[in-house]
Amino acid sequence: MQHVKADKAMVPPAALEVSGVSHAYGRKRVLSDVSFTIPQGHFTVLLGLNGAGKTTLFSLICHLYDTRHGAIRIFGHDIVRQPGQALRRLGIVFQARTLDLDLSIHQNLAYHASLHGIGRAAARERIRLLLQQVGMIDRLHDKVRALSGGQMRRVEIVRALLHRPPLLLLDEATVGLDIQSRADILATIRNLVAEEGISVLWATHLIDEVDVSDRVVLLHKGRVLADGRVSDVVSATGAENIGEAFGILTRSEVRAEGVLR
Amino acid sequence: MTSQVQAEMLAADGGRRSGFSLRHYLICFRGIVFREALRFLNQRERFISSLVRPLLWLFIFAAGFRQVLGVSIIPPYKTYVLYEVYITPGLCGMILLFSGMQSSLSMVYDREMGNMRTLLVSPFPRWFLLVSKLLAGVTVSILQVYVFLAIAWFWGVKPPVIGYLFILPALFLAGVMLCALGMLLSSMIKQLENFAGIMNFVIFPMYFASSALYPLWRIQEASPLLHKICLANPFTYAVELVRFALYGQVNWHSLLVVVGCILLFLGGAIYAYDPSKGLLSRRQDGGGNT
Repeated sequence: MQHVKADKAMVPPAALEVSGVSHAYGRKRVLSDVSFTIPQGHFTVLLGLNGAGKTTLFSLICHLYDTRHGAIRIFGHDIVRQPGQALRRLGIVFQARTLDLDLSIHQNLAYHASLHGIGRAAARERIRLLLQQVGMIDRLHDKVRALSGGQMRRVEIVRALLHRPPLLLLDEATVGLDIQSRADILATIRNLVAEEGISVLWATHLIDEVDVSDRVVLLHKGRVLADGRVSDVVSATGAENIGEAFGILTRSEVRAEGVLR
Repeated sequence: MTSQVQAEMLAADGGRRSGFSLRHYLICFRGIVFREALRFLNQRERFISSLVRPLLWLFIFAAGFRQVLGVSIIPPYKTYVLYEVYITPGLCGMILLFSGMQSSLSMVYDREMGNMRTLLVSPFPRWFLLVSKLLAGVTVSILQVYVFLAIAWFWGVKPPVIGYLFILPALFLAGVMLCALGMLLSSMIKQLENFAGIMNFVIFPMYFASSALYPLWRIQEASPLLHKICLANPFTYAVELVRFALYGQVNWHSLLVVVGCILLFLGGAIYAYDPSKGLLSRRQDGGGNT
């Protein structure tokens, strides 16, 4: 018994563990018994059509909504029972723009740093470092209103990373961006996973953002249809690619790639 | 998680695994107040209009009514006073009332624009975040009141000097009460456009059905029903608290009512913004995204 306990203690907690989560808006059920796990240091794609329940799931993970059915744990911390401990390990990029347009980049980021208890000097240093990494240090004192969509997204990513979260959630982070900006942002996030060991949950409806080496969670009409390595999901369905696998799993009559693109 | 990231996280936590230290709370509070101040300074029209409104009442409305309305000797006044002297505390209350409601407007705006989410996903306790935001709004409105009182001084409204000191806690309590009410209302408003309804159904009735413009005994003479409404209006007590404080006195009855209302409104706002209990999770958010 002692031995088992010791073994359990050695197992690192999952970056994110969603178990049996359901949610409804009034009578409209949008998530049904959703369960999946994101191991530490992996890039995981949450793939689903618009309306699949991705944003609701994100709202539950970051405690904007209460999880009434099921449980969500971030690095072992329950989001309902230990929201502070869970949220300090979480960085979030929302689908909707959440920067204050009338403030400068620095003012926006400094405000966010204070929301995580980071002092001025440490925040200044961290902001400069991260803006340098995304190539925006020269825009430090520009008003957010003056930025393009892609630049705003990069600032939001910097903001999400300010407090050094080991888990990063991005909800449709590339929607509305041009091809180059999409590629840049995706590459930035993949680098973070590779170089800093950050765990990422990347919600999207765009098939071309999924790499064969990724892990994927297929969400459809509030249910998880598949969860695992992309290659495993593809081979398990007998499909040739993840788009086709999605089509088979949803029994869609429409060609999956067409639907998802 | 790499050991480097782990080490950095521990450093950010101040080596602690549970909760934040007082220093972290202060950093967070300062950040919220600073943002509120920046937003206010960036919106100069808001600052000017917040002063123009009560000044118009003082310069024009009060000047016109001073000949019509006589104010008899009622506490805290020891002599007959001019009408502009009488309505000055009411106008201080007006600044607090509009500011409190504007703070509620900013929360609806923040929620619609998504900024509110960045506040609510902070790891600090939600009650602390909301109280900090509320205190930030109150701080800004108290500054406006002092600027108004300075201008009123040149207009001949000269309360005792000690009153300027005594009024500070009264403004603070009245401001907290009105901002908390605004915060509670903001949790019920789904869209920015609905704020016009707040203007018509909350701000104006609260302001006019109070002792801000007329003494309660005069209202009682005019309409016993309106008098009862004024007595049930928390804004009446906020104004009376400020009025007495401006003359170095404490109106204990008003103080008790204001403190009671703070507990009620603030408790309601914290409840409403709590995802496990409140109103926010009961409706769809995010512009239809699911």
